Amino acid sequence: MSAAGAERDALLSVRDLTVTLPVEGAQRAVLRDVSLDIRAGEAVGLVGESGSGKSMTARAIDRLLPKGAQVEGEIRFDGADVARLTGAALRGYRTKVAMIFQDPRAHVNPVRRIGDFMTESLRTNLGVPAAEASKRAASMLGEVGIADGDRRLRQYPHELSGGMLQRVMIAAALLTGPALLLADEPTTALDVTTQAEVMAILDELRQAHGLAMLFITHDLDLAAAICDRTIVMYAGQIVEERRSELLHSDPLHPYTAALGGARPDIAQKASRLRAIPGRPLSAFEAPAAACAFAPRCAYAQPACTESVPDLAALGGGRSRCLRAADLRGQLEAAHV
Amino acid sequence: MYEHEPAAEASVRPEDTQRSGAALALAEADPVLAVDGLRKEFRSLVAVDGVSFAIPAGRSLAIVGESGSGKTTIARMIVGLERPTSGSITACGRDRSRPARSARDRRRRGSEVQIVFQDPYTSLDPRQTAENAIDEILRLHHGYDAEHRRARIAELTELVGLDARQARALPRALSGGQRQRVAIARALAAEPRVLILDESVAALDVSIQAQVLNLLADIRDETSVSYVLISHDLAVVRQLTDDAIVMHRGQSVERGPTARILDDPQHPYTQRLRASVPRPGWKPVRRQPVPADTEGEQT
Amino acid sequence: MSAAVGVPAATAAPAAGRRAGRTGVLGLLRATGAGGMISAVVIAVAIVLAIIGPWIAPYNPDLPNLSLAWVGPVGGHLLGFDFEGRDVLSRLLAGAQSSMIGPLAVVVGAMVLGTLIAVVSAWRQGFTDTVASSGLDILFAFPGILLAVLAAAVFGAGLTAAAVALAIAYMPYVARVLRGAALRERGRPYTAALEVQGVSGTAICLRHIVPNMLPLIVAQATILFGWAMVDLAAISFLGLGVQPPAPNWGVMISENQPGILQGYPLPALAAGVCIVGVVIAFNILGERLFEQAQAVRR
Repeated sequence: MSAAGAERDALLSVRDLTVTLPVEGAQRAVLRDVSLDIRAGEAVGLVGESGSGKSMTARAIDRLLPKGAQVEGEIRFDGADVARLTGAALRGYRTKVAMIFQDPRAHVNPVRRIGDFMTESLRTNLGVPAAEASKRAASMLGEVGIADGDRRLRQYPHELSGGMLQRVMIAAALLTGPALLLADEPTTALDVTTQAEVMAILDELRQAHGLAMLFITHDLDLAAAICDRTIVMYAGQIVEERRSELLHSDPLHPYTAALGGARPDIAQKASRLRAIPGRPLSAFEAPAAACAFAPRCAYAQPACTESVPDLAALGGGRSRCLRAADLRGQLEAAHV
Repeated sequence: MYEHEPAAEASVRPEDTQRSGAALALAEADPVLAVDGLRKEFRSLVAVDGVSFAIPAGRSLAIVGESGSGKTTIARMIVGLERPTSGSITACGRDRSRPARSARDRRRRGSEVQIVFQDPYTSLDPRQTAENAIDEILRLHHGYDAEHRRARIAELTELVGLDARQARALPRALSGGQRQRVAIARALAAEPRVLILDESVAALDVSIQAQVLNLLADIRDETSVSYVLISHDLAVVRQLTDDAIVMHRGQSVERGPTARILDDPQHPYTQRLRASVPRPGWKPVRRQPVPADTEGEQT
Repeated sequence: MSAAVGVPAATAAPAAGRRAGRTGVLGLLRATGAGGMISAVVIAVAIVLAIIGPWIAPYNPDLPNLSLAWVGPVGGHLLGFDFEGRDVLSRLLAGAQSSMIGPLAVVVGAMVLGTLIAVVSAWRQGFTDTVASSGLDILFAFPGILLAVLAAAVFGAGLTAAAVALAIAYMPYVARVLRGAALRERGRPYTAALEVQGVSGTAICLRHIVPNMLPLIVAQATILFGWAMVDLAAISFLGLGVQPPAPNWGVMISENQPGILQGYPLPALAAGVCIVGVVIAFNILGERLFEQAQAVRR
């Protein structure tokens, strides 16, 4: 997994992405030097708390940033520079990169039928005739576990529950045959049993169709469940990238370990949770020349406040910690 | 009446034994909150279908369920925001099944059971500082003079971990976790015996959630308040409560000590709930497809 | 269900506590932009004139001198003379008082009544709300001027009757706009938290709900002032409001109207410009404040 090799194979390649947004006249940083690769067919998790920049990363990739956003750095999809796409090329991009959002109801027109919504991109961007598009939509609904697709296509969004609507969104996203799926907290607003179901569907379909996926969530274990690799973000930067199964047993960054340790355990009650003091910082609050996590870090040393650590390769992953190599093996996310 | 398990459980920790011992002693005393045959109908929908439980003083209860289970409706009925269709609610020995008749009655009920809501961004008056919000409650319930009130405000803000600057700030200058602390302090100002936490940590970041959960445990140690935790998050439930009731479609399907329910669930729904919680090594498993005749009520 | 609070990074609340220069009344005005600030100045001038107008009038506004009727601007008489030979400028300055007091009374009346009905309807909902809404719907059918004419027919012409009639006619608009805001506040958990504490409904409405509607109330009142001014000027123009020879901008248009056709438009136009200028200022400021009120919610 060397940098050069990954770049050759990468379907999506993000390099040094820095984004600022205008807030009350000033430009505020929301992403700082974000670099990541996603290979074809690979599922990558993106985990972070409020202000970490995880959602912004997805929006930057999908060219959905708010007006006035300033973007530096490069995003390449299949070799093409995403920022320069216009017109037909941009529409083509949107059929290859699909996004599902946290709240399906906010992204669906309530006065149009499910069928209209699902087949829109097929009909307008890919020129598929209406009858054929409906057939494909009904078949895709079957794949996400919604039987009687033809009848469902004629229904309106309010007739479906949140979980069902999210499945519809997944089906709609898959219809145009994308190569990359961006999922921005798709299950956060769902009940936990519904979440498990939707996650299973997402995992199954992704593998069946050979899609790459960027799965954004605040839940470390949720990302690890269906993603081979997980990236952890803090204050607008990537602080760790790791194979999912090693996140708890061998984390490379104190923040990842702390995040894992702060969560209560369903299997036993802790006499006291290992809470991280302070609160999560946003990118614009992070100091320009120090580790953003240092004030809250149990392992911080004076050197940590003198410069921003580089995101360095370590043990098959990456870590933005000066002491990563030293701390390896001591950072278990275990409960007391 | 509520069934009480003996103190010997699978994973007994020293503090649990202490509290269980005390609870055993108090088991004969009045429960601090008791609900019997509680039922709520909204036209054709039965939101809560005959639920009963009793919480002995010093114990905390979790009402677990997903959306549509009726757990929030139960909480609202207990604090008087909804009126039960039938059944009774008793808190601190006094019946509160019907709306309060006088202002004095309303105030007294407010000093018995309090509630902290889920969304920190709308549960505080945006125009009130934390100090003013607490002061308003103190004036309402106690006849303290200004000096005494100031001291009490300082005690409460310190108890919930707010510094002087945060106590004087308006909600819009505070983060979600800080606002939730203000909401807790405001609820505690009335010195309630029972504090209902309606998904109060669900909207918080993981690291903040841990802080607030520790805080809630500390508060309980110091004030002996009983918590009623309304939640869908089984890990939080384990951390904070002694006993639990699992709700599904308005009915209580399983009840018992929290540890036993989570380690050895008996009811299929509880088992399914338990299996759906992400944890290290968890993998989602798919169930049967949605039947054709389901009108969106299932997942 | 639950949602982890993903506050967009750029608007995280804690560090953004104080918005530089945006606090207080001055900050609010600055936020209304150039149009808003100019309007505020115009309104301030009008208010000052309403208070001190009669004293700073250079000449007697009431004394007729027919030999000077319709004479144009000359010497110290910047705007010339009206149809009875009175100095137009002095009459405008003196007339500011009655021209501004009338709308003020209308606005106060309509806002107090409208706010009361809106908040009570939103608080009690159910039957009370239905009845109130139906009552308001009936009142909507009566244009302000029509009610004022009716009032004049019943109670005789004069500013009081006209102002009361207009207040009643405007009240439904206020109630409708504010009811939405009141319902929104009512639906927020903080009112439920206060109810659970045992705070009375009246106290919650007065101390919490109304103060949180204040930006909207101020915006609505400002816009309303403009409407009231136009309607009252029209009523006075028709001879049913302020009675001549009392100085009043609406009356001045009416009594100097013949001059327009005879080639002496200045007196009537001057009064018209005053009315239009002040009304536009109130409209602009009111709409800017309205925008601010919508944007403030967080």
